Amino acid sequence: MYRYDVIDKTLVNERVAQFRDQTQRFLAGELSDEEFRHLRLRNGLYLQRHAPMLRVAIPYGLLSSAQLRALGGIARRYDRGYGHFTTRQNIQFNWPKLEQVPDILAELAEVEMHAIQTSGNCIRNTTSDHLAGVTPDELEDPRPWCELIRQWSTFHPEFTYLPRKFKIAVTGAAQDRAASQVHDVGVHIVRGPAGELGFEILAGGGLGRTPIIGQVVREFLPRQHLLSYLEAILRVYNLEGRRDNLQKARIKILVRSLGIEEFRRRVEAQWELIRGSGLNVDDAQIARLKGFFTPPAYRSLENTEPSIGKSVAFQAWYRYNTVAHKVPGYRAVYVSLKKPDVAPGDITDSQMELVADLADRYSFGEVRVTHTQNLLLADVEQGDIFALWQNLERAGLATPNIGTLTDMICCPGLDFCSLANAGSIDVAKLINDRFDDYDYLYDLGELEIKMSGCMNACGHHHVGHIGILGVDKSGEEWYQITIGGAAGVDASLGQVIGPSVKKADVAETIARLLEIYVEQRQPEERFLDTVRRLGVKPFKERVYAAPLAA
Amino acid sequence: MPRRLLRDGLIVDDDWTYAADAQGHAAGSVILSLTQWQTERDKWDGGKWRLGLVLLPAHKVESVADDMSRFELIAAEFSGPGEGRGYSQARVLREQWNFKGELRATGYVRRDQLFFMARCGFNSFELPDADIAGAHAALSTFSFAYQPSNDAGLALKLPLRPPGIPASA
Repeated sequence: MYRYDVIDKTLVNERVAQFRDQTQRFLAGELSDEEFRHLRLRNGLYLQRHAPMLRVAIPYGLLSSAQLRALGGIARRYDRGYGHFTTRQNIQFNWPKLEQVPDILAELAEVEMHAIQTSGNCIRNTTSDHLAGVTPDELEDPRPWCELIRQWSTFHPEFTYLPRKFKIAVTGAAQDRAASQVHDVGVHIVRGPAGELGFEILAGGGLGRTPIIGQVVREFLPRQHLLSYLEAILRVYNLEGRRDNLQKARIKILVRSLGIEEFRRRVEAQWELIRGSGLNVDDAQIARLKGFFTPPAYRSLENTEPSIGKSVAFQAWYRYNTVAHKVPGYRAVYVSLKKPDVAPGDITDSQMELVADLADRYSFGEVRVTHTQNLLLADVEQGDIFALWQNLERAGLATPNIGTLTDMICCPGLDFCSLANAGSIDVAKLINDRFDDYDYLYDLGELEIKMSGCMNACGHHHVGHIGILGVDKSGEEWYQITIGGAAGVDASLGQVIGPSVKKADVAETIARLLEIYVEQRQPEERFLDTVRRLGVKPFKERVYAAPLAA
Repeated sequence: MPRRLLRDGLIVDDDWTYAADAQGHAAGSVILSLTQWQTERDKWDGGKWRLGLVLLPAHKVESVADDMSRFELIAAEFSGPGEGRGYSQARVLREQWNFKGELRATGYVRRDQLFFMARCGFNSFELPDADIAGAHAALSTFSFAYQPSNDAGLALKLPLRPPGIPASA
């Protein structure tokens, strides 16, 4: 993985000093709430419902065991013993004290971490495929490019006060595991006309109040021009994006109002002016960055079948929580953070330390965060998988549900977030209570439930096969249900099935949607495929045919 | 009392006057609004005045490009703590229109923005008195940069190179 040099270290330490000074000036009354808000947000610090929330950056979701251990220690000493992984592959602490945040940042800096640009109207953490470098279906490992973008976007002097936040995702595989089409910019590694590798560039995707699938700005961009092209897009957006209305300030609104052709024309015109600048990256420099992401020292092994002769529990976990690896004899292993009685994405201090230890023992000391709020040990020898499972199982980290109904994406909701209209963690709990029969879950197959406590869509509800959106109705928590959304290569936005339902009726609503699926599905058809084939109508009819109240 | 400014790293008295404050003068250094320049050009363009111009956030740099040589100073106005268009205006002025005069940040300008403003090409800053004391330190907040921009002297981290050094591709 990428390791800091003296320049990275210096910059992060200087940031800690800068933020310490800003915090002290705020506490001394020299900065107003509004002035400090703009400064703290660019350092991941929200002041919300109960306490400040600090969001720590995990560039493209990659952590060393030492970093994860440090996060565990911070959770124990500065928080209430846990952290929450997010859909941007970051981690949030919900209970730090404002005056201690500079100390937390100083501890993070010691393990090459920070909270720079994890919130605010600037370029956020670049996300990527959690199977980067190990998945068999990859053209090229996207992480060196992510690191290049991380560096370029960090403290970018021109783009720190954008109209609105700006999110970039990079993928290099046939499958899109980073939801890149619903990002402000999606970067896809593709082959060009002569077979050379370069990028397809999308812009204008996003969720929130106005969900839009990104459109192609450029079908093929030669690789050395990645940063100059991104800079051209950002400059057009910074100058032209709306600033009069927060709800219309994302780049997706600009792209939609100009039309993709006119947007492209402006970007290309700007790019022509800067494409020869110092932003060009030559092959030697890319090779240097790639050197940080070389494969670990894999042993020469044969593929085996670790589940033969093992318990049914292990077999189920193995089937759902491990995936194929491009190197024979290895698997990638999910650490499920979707235990039924725990808030999705939450992990305790001691669990973090345990996963760090397991990473050292079984997966070359690295851990990845998935955008679906789980962890991944990417390089586990098949012969070690049973022992790894035993360790995870004892710690409550082996819920065998990856890719199933209970592997829900969920924002912190009303329990923590001051933006939320409604709870989401408690709805996840109600869904878990209702759907506790694993035979039924496995029979349903691949099913993505995504839940947000408000229109900001941190839980990606628009692109859930089933999406759940919390809405406030005269002070009561209600939920709007959508079906047919997807975040992958076949990205689509879910359609609302009808009037929103009460909290107590969410699980029953989902049960009725699934009844139609089970009755109507064709062989090998996922819930999503059935919705696409039949449309919303039969699902809607079933949900509202009889009173919902339990 | 003249306004105090941070200009080229020094705290100085402002030797420019905004046009609204220049009534009664017959010559001097005056900063015009875009509207004044467009509607009263004859009044100011006689050679007695050193001219400056204020760009508001929504103004396009291109709209004054033909007249750029007439201005010794261009000020970009920041309307509030979240306003960011001036950063791009500054880079476009410096890098694409080769503006060599004084580039001033006006409006909501605080020490916490100075480092980025300076990197984008601003060389003078209208700061509130409370922020002037910390301004020098703010200009050296960071010792390195990850991306090329307008500043001389700040070491760049590879893989990027300073502007003007051609890339091999």
